[in-house]
Amino acid sequence: MLLRPEDPARLAEMVAGALADGTPLELVGGGTKRGLGRPMQAAATLDLSGLAGIQLYEPAELVMAAGAGTPLAAIEAELAANGQMLAFEPPDYGPLYGGPAGRQTIGGVFATNLAGPRRIKAGAARDHFLGTGAVSGRGEAFKAGGRVVKNVTGYDLCKLLAGSHGTLAVLHSVTFKVLPAPEKARTVLVFGLDPATAAAAMAAALGSPHEVASAAHLPPGIAARSAVDFVRGAGAAVTAVRVEGPGPSVAVRCTALRELLGAHGAVEELHSSRSARFWAEVRDVAGLLPDPATALWRLSVAPMDGHRVAAEVGRALPAELLFDWAGGLVWLAVPAEGDAGAAIVRGAVAGVGGHATLVRAPEALRAAVPPFQPQAPGVAALSARVKAGFDPRGILNPGRMAPDL
Amino acid sequence: MLMPEPDRATIARRDEIVAALRVIVPDGVIDRAEGMRVYESDGLTAYRQLPLVVVLPGTTQQVADVLRWCGRNGVKVVPRGAGTSLSGGALPLADGVLLGMARFNRVLEIDADNRCAVVQPGVTNLGISQAVAHLGFYYAPDPSSQIACTIGGNVAENSGGVHCLKYGLTTNNVLGVEMVTIDGEVVRLGGRHLDSAGYDLLGIVVGSEGLLGVVTEVTVRILPKPSTARAVLIGFPTSEAAGDCVAAIIAAGIIPGGMEMMDRLAIHAAEDFVHAGYPRDVEALLIVELDGPAAEVDHLIERVAEIARERGSVTLRVSESEAERLAFWAGRKAAFPAVGRISPDYYCMDGTIPRHRLPLVLSRMREMEAQYGLRVANVFHAGDGNLHPLILYDANRPGELERAEAFGSDILRLCVEVGGVLTGEHGVGVEKRDLMGTMFDENDLAHQQRLKCAFDPDGLLNPGKVFPTLHRCAELGRLHVSGGKLPFPDLPRF
Ligand SMILES: Cc1cc2nc3c(=O)[nH]c(=O)nc-3n(C[C@H](O)[C@H](O)[C@H](O)COP(=O)(O)OP(=O)(O)OC[C@H]3O[C@@H](n4cnc5c(N)ncnc54)[C@H](O)[C@@H]3O)c2cc1C
Repeated sequence: MLLRPEDPARLAEMVAGALADGTPLELVGGGTKRGLGRPMQAAATLDLSGLAGIQLYEPAELVMAAGAGTPLAAIEAELAANGQMLAFEPPDYGPLYGGPAGRQTIGGVFATNLAGPRRIKAGAARDHFLGTGAVSGRGEAFKAGGRVVKNVTGYDLCKLLAGSHGTLAVLHSVTFKVLPAPEKARTVLVFGLDPATAAAAMAAALGSPHEVASAAHLPPGIAARSAVDFVRGAGAAVTAVRVEGPGPSVAVRCTALRELLGAHGAVEELHSSRSARFWAEVRDVAGLLPDPATALWRLSVAPMDGHRVAAEVGRALPAELLFDWAGGLVWLAVPAEGDAGAAIVRGAVAGVGGHATLVRAPEALRAAVPPFQPQAPGVAALSARVKAGFDPRGILNPGRMAPDL
Repeated sequence: MLMPEPDRATIARRDEIVAALRVIVPDGVIDRAEGMRVYESDGLTAYRQLPLVVVLPGTTQQVADVLRWCGRNGVKVVPRGAGTSLSGGALPLADGVLLGMARFNRVLEIDADNRCAVVQPGVTNLGISQAVAHLGFYYAPDPSSQIACTIGGNVAENSGGVHCLKYGLTTNNVLGVEMVTIDGEVVRLGGRHLDSAGYDLLGIVVGSEGLLGVVTEVTVRILPKPSTARAVLIGFPTSEAAGDCVAAIIAAGIIPGGMEMMDRLAIHAAEDFVHAGYPRDVEALLIVELDGPAAEVDHLIERVAEIARERGSVTLRVSESEAERLAFWAGRKAAFPAVGRISPDYYCMDGTIPRHRLPLVLSRMREMEAQYGLRVANVFHAGDGNLHPLILYDANRPGELERAEAFGSDILRLCVEVGGVLTGEHGVGVEKRDLMGTMFDENDLAHQQRLKCAFDPDGLLNPGKVFPTLHRCAELGRLHVSGGKLPFPDLPRF
């Protein structure tokens, strides 16, 4: 069954109805990330695309509000027309799951709390999520937060809802912080580093006062797939460091970074459009790890642990990999067989602290291997109680994050 | 403000409670009135209450044992850092244990390569920056109370500072915590990595005002110090012009490191106190700080100066040395004590508004000054719309405190009315508890309280704060299901 509410009141009625009948709902915005998480059995699809439209945009106040079903593309176009952006750079995983690009909705962006390469400087979706109107699994409408950046009135429910993958409440409108787009962006490339040296080089860049916005490392085989000529043609591993800001500042900082990084290897510089294309492919991943048959892991660890974890996994599994977030975000493409390397990957992560998400794998595999990192018992118990408070009958995306969430 | 009626049975058990705590923390229990006096109030000094007993644990294990004992015995607990809260968050309860975190004062690890530091919650905010300064790093959120306030208190209040416009609040700069729940369970949320694998419980613990657990360790993000920082001091003939200038700077795509505004009364008070060199003949003063590489700072200062002139600034000075920059800030950072010198008492408010409503809010505040017969000095985190009206009053004059409070409540209601919120960084505490209903309806508050129920179902941690009425968790959990409205097939549940 398909439910498609066109306003919040109707949405609340539908959720209350599902609650009364005990009918599990699958929440769908643009449907681009349905492959993320545990497979679910839902009796009905709650299609949120009807709750669309920009409700408020005040560029000078750095704030926008929109219906949760608003296509991200529409939001980004409106922001771009005003020289602004979503600073956390939401990735587009559509193509990663074999779907088209450009289909995701803003509600899905906040519900999954994903962020792109600028995460290390600007924060994730959660850090820009100011307010929301939602309906919990209790069928009750509620609001949280507000429209201003500084707000400590009550618990920060937006943080809880960001990254809850639709398992606590259905968002119908979201209010978020927007920021001026940088006037200029450039990327300094260093060639031929191994992952450990690259991690040290990226740490040096991020530890410098040159305000690095992003740092990534592509091993040779991955770099060879880049759509950016200087990267593709390098014939070597590529370590990239992005700098953004007013023109004169970017020029000075790039020079300084070239000097700093030049000690490690030959350097090159990408200017505006090449730089943008490069970071878009690091953000969306599908172009760099293109084999749709592989299982994909996304690991978040401390930046200096990334290469260690990757090396440990690499010794046990045939894995292709790349590093974002100065080494703290590791993407691994492994054969979609057995447990997709879960024991090895999670074992390696457990050794250093962090989490590993099985972002893409065939359904049967995602039913057998928990796609989201299992939590420590105390945290899992708290999370289960939070779920019980917001969705006591488990009707919202039931089981998507964990069997009991 | 009324606190919940103290429980006589608990008070009657005081000797037993003191004895039990002494077993857990032999050298850290204070039960004599003289010794407890320093804990009777926090930064909201109008409210005072001696706790039942004070305990000062020194290890996570002791915190866990204290909480487990209190949890099992139904005894309330109020966590406390340095006691600088301006909302009464650390106000003791007559029937509650005050749990002071002062002994947790060590920096545990500095991890420069991963750009983070692991500290105990009793370390001061400034202490973190000082501990990492030799490596060229600092901790960005900088409340004006930073010499005294603790990182544990900052986490509980989600504190901000003048540099939050560019670098975010506490919540954007904390990577992980270790926390003890009321049943004595030690949990770790986050770590040195980014983002959460499951629900972002770290995100709700930050800003939870000591109601969800006691934080025993904090991992913070540290940032490289900008190579240059310069401040511009800009005077305006009206607050409206200053407000326009702020909007124009942001509209030009510039996010300064800090952007603060003061009104005439605050300027004069600050200038008399610290002689920062502020102009006295202006109605509003902006301090705009630009930081980054010298090339960027010089470039942006030019643009800010140009915008300011277009918006009718009458004075403009750019700091030419680090000493001068610090002097510009000294006045602003000392604004609260400076106002304290010109009035026997002052009451600091903390609403946030959409910035463009500033002229309206200021003019309505002037009307209220007349109505209440009290003056207001305004300092304002202008970049993010966070107002700090300081209401001047004299507690020794009968009725003045009540008038100041009523005035303050009116200001906060006004903030909500124009699209803002009750508190930008100081927290709800006891102070704004009864105003929560102006911003949230029953359902909104019930959903917040369900979180509380997940962590502390018996409501033993810091009760009487944040929520106007704390419903029983059983009542909040009850489902009101009306008959099925949609023709769903009856599917087997799994
Ligand atoms: C002069 C002055 C200027 C100020 N300027 C600013 C400013 O610029 N920005 C700003 O945001 N605030 C400011 N404040 C407010 C205050 O300093 C902050 O709220 C600060 O974070 C409180 O820290 P504290 O250690 O004093 O905590 P306390 O006042 O002791 O406690 C505050 C709250 O935190 C809880 N708590 C404390 N430690 C823990 C812990 N370990 N675990 C769990 N809960 C805990 C308490 O129960 C209480 O609810 C100012 C205060 C003063 C007096």
